[in-house]
Amino acid sequence: MDGIHDLGGRQGFGPIATAADPVPLPERWQGFVFALINQLLRAGIAANVDHFRHSVERIHPANYLSDGYYGRWLGGAETLLVESSVLTRVEVETRLPAEGTVAARPLAEPDQFAAPAIDEQSPLTAQRQVLQPAKFKIDASVLTAKYGAPGHSRLPAYARNCIGRIVSVHGAWVYPDTHAHGKGEVPTHLYTVCFQASDLFGDDCDQDVEVCLDLFEPYLSDPS
Amino acid sequence: MSHESARVRAEALESLLIEKGLIDAERVDDVIVRYNERVGPMNGARIVARAWLDADFRARLLADGTEAIKEYEFEGGEIQKLVVVENSDKQHNVVVCTLCSCYPWAVLGLPPKWYKDPAYRSRVVREPRQVLSEFGTELEENVRVRVWDSSAEVRYLVLPQQPAEWLGLDEQTMVERITRNSMIGVERLA
Repeated sequence: MDGIHDLGGRQGFGPIATAADPVPLPERWQGFVFALINQLLRAGIAANVDHFRHSVERIHPANYLSDGYYGRWLGGAETLLVESSVLTRVEVETRLPAEGTVAARPLAEPDQFAAPAIDEQSPLTAQRQVLQPAKFKIDASVLTAKYGAPGHSRLPAYARNCIGRIVSVHGAWVYPDTHAHGKGEVPTHLYTVCFQASDLFGDDCDQDVEVCLDLFEPYLSDPS
Repeated sequence: MSHESARVRAEALESLLIEKGLIDAERVDDVIVRYNERVGPMNGARIVARAWLDADFRARLLADGTEAIKEYEFEGGEIQKLVVVENSDKQHNVVVCTLCSCYPWAVLGLPPKWYKDPAYRSRVVREPRQVLSEFGTELEENVRVRVWDSSAEVRYLVLPQQPAEWLGLDEQTMVERITRNSMIGVERLA
C-alpha cells in the first residue's frame, strides 16, 4: 500500500525536535493506548502484530501526520474494534454506549489468547524452519521490486527498483504481506540488503552513506 | 487531530471500554509503571559496558546478539532477533524504522518521541549526517555512515565507541553515563 506511513526519504518535515520526555509514557492516555493494543492482540481482535500495523497504516493520511505515535495507535485500535464488531462506528465517534448494538466480548480472557501481546513476546519469535533453501547468498547483488504491493508490505518505496547487496541471511520468517491479511504465516526467507544512498536518492543525499534494510525474498530478484 | 484531541479521544474510549467491562484500569497502570520504570535504556547500557570490558562477551554479542543477551532475561519484548552493530573510527551506525517505529524495547525501552516523528523517519535515511548534526554530532568526512532501517522483525542496537577518558571507570559508572541516543546512533559518547 502506497500509504503516508512510508516516510523514508520524503522531504520537507524540517528539523528534528530532539528534546525527549523524561519517561516514554508521560501521559496516562498514552499508557492506556499501549495497554489496549496489547489487549487487542491477546483477544485476537488484532490477529497479530502485522494486522495491527496495517490498521495504523489505514488511518487517514492527515491524521497519520498530526496524531502522534499513540494517536496513530488509537486510530488503528478504533478501526479494529469496529471491524471486529466489538464497538460500532457510532460508539467510537460519540463515545456513548449504543443500546442494543453492543457485540461485546471480553478483551482479556486468558483462555482466549489468540496472539502473543507485543509486550510479552520476548521468548517467542516469528522465525520458522523451512526446507526450501534461501535463494540468495551473502554478497549477492539483488534488484528490488519496481512497484508496491496491495495491503501491508514491508518494502519501503524509497528502496524500490534498486540494486543492493545481501549482507545477512536471516532464515525464514512469518511473511507480513500474508499474515496481516489472514492468509497465513507463509514463512519466507529474510535478508539484510545494503544500498548506496546515492543509488536510492541520486545526488540529493549525503554521500558515503549506506542504507541497510531487512527485506523478504519476494521483494528481490536477480539483476543479471 | 492534535495531541490534545488524541488525549480526549483516548480518555473517552477508555471510559467506554471500562463501562462495557472490556478493559481493566489496573492493567493500564501496570503497563505505565513497567515501561516508565523497569524497561529502559539502562538494560542496553549494561550490555554496552560489559562489551567494552569483556572481549569474549563483545565477540559473542556481535556474532549473535539474541543469544549473547539471553542470560539477562530482559522483559519488554521486541527483541526476537537482536543485531548489534559496532561503531568505529571508520564507521558510524544509526538506526531507524521508516515504515512504523520498530525499536528494541527490551534493551532500550519505548522509543523517544523524535524517533517516531515523521521528520526523523523521513530524513535519516537520506541525510544522516545532517540529522546527526541536529543532535550535536558532527561526523568527520572520512567516517562512513550505515543507516539500519528496521523493516522486518530484526532489531538493532548500536555499540558506541568507548571514550578514551572512560578507560578505568568502573562498570556501574559507565552504565550510568551511556545514553540512549548513543545506542540508537544519533550521538557519540564523550
